[in-house]
Amino acid sequence: MAEQIALNWTDPNSVRKTIKVGAPQELAWHVFTQQIGTWWPLAVYKIGKANAVDAVIETKVGGRWYERGDDGSTCDWGRVLVWEPPSRLVLSWDINADFQYSPDLNTEIEVRFIAESERVTRVELEHRRLDRFGDRRDQMREVFDKSGDWGQLLLSFASAAEKNAA
Amino acid sequence: MASVERAFDALGDPTRRRVFTRLRNRVCTAGELAEGMGVTRSAVSQHLQILRLAGLVSVTADGTRRLYRVERRGVIAVRQWLDGFWDETLDAFRMAAERAAKKKGEK
Repeated sequence: MAEQIALNWTDPNSVRKTIKVGAPQELAWHVFTQQIGTWWPLAVYKIGKANAVDAVIETKVGGRWYERGDDGSTCDWGRVLVWEPPSRLVLSWDINADFQYSPDLNTEIEVRFIAESERVTRVELEHRRLDRFGDRRDQMREVFDKSGDWGQLLLSFASAAEKNAA
Repeated sequence: MASVERAFDALGDPTRRRVFTRLRNRVCTAGELAEGMGVTRSAVSQHLQILRLAGLVSVTADGTRRLYRVERRGVIAVRQWLDGFWDETLDAFRMAAERAAKKKGEK
């Protein structure tokens, strides 16, 4: 029973995600850390005024993690806290609930790359210390964690449609 | 999340959805937006006002003209609500890593 309870318990200050990737561990690490600008959804997840054209993780502890705009400007997202290629990366996420850089925020993202075989890597991500968002913790936790909830979306449309019909 | 629900409510109206869709990639006045829509300028203004209250549209003054544009943060909030930030981001990473693996395999 104790195990059951532990499994069902959701940490309010942490979001965990696991994904399997059809790529070797070294390559998964490389794409994640050194080609982040090629896959991060920069069109929507960026904080600067300029259009973001690249994202960069500097390859050392204490390095910056930032976006680069089409006007050459950069906006910091956080810092590299742990750099252990090709298996473990910890970044600070210093973007507050209003999408502003806030260097003292210090939420943490830990990413682990675990080789399941020569061709498959399991990537485990934990975004933790969400208590740092203060009274907006629950709101931000939902933003980070939520899986597509199409049922809710349809309900929302249905209620809007009913209102329009009335 | 209340603002996201307002956004979905706002987009539940078909005319308002058209107004919002037409505003994509444009910065313009209500009058310019109404052209060719078959909807009066004042109706378009009212729709824009509701979209603005829902956080999907913002307005700036240019002299006497009121210029409307899509509010990126509102769109981000809706997208995050739909997809979940880390689910979407990790999935994008997975696709990039698998593309890279495929490319390497072909060499």
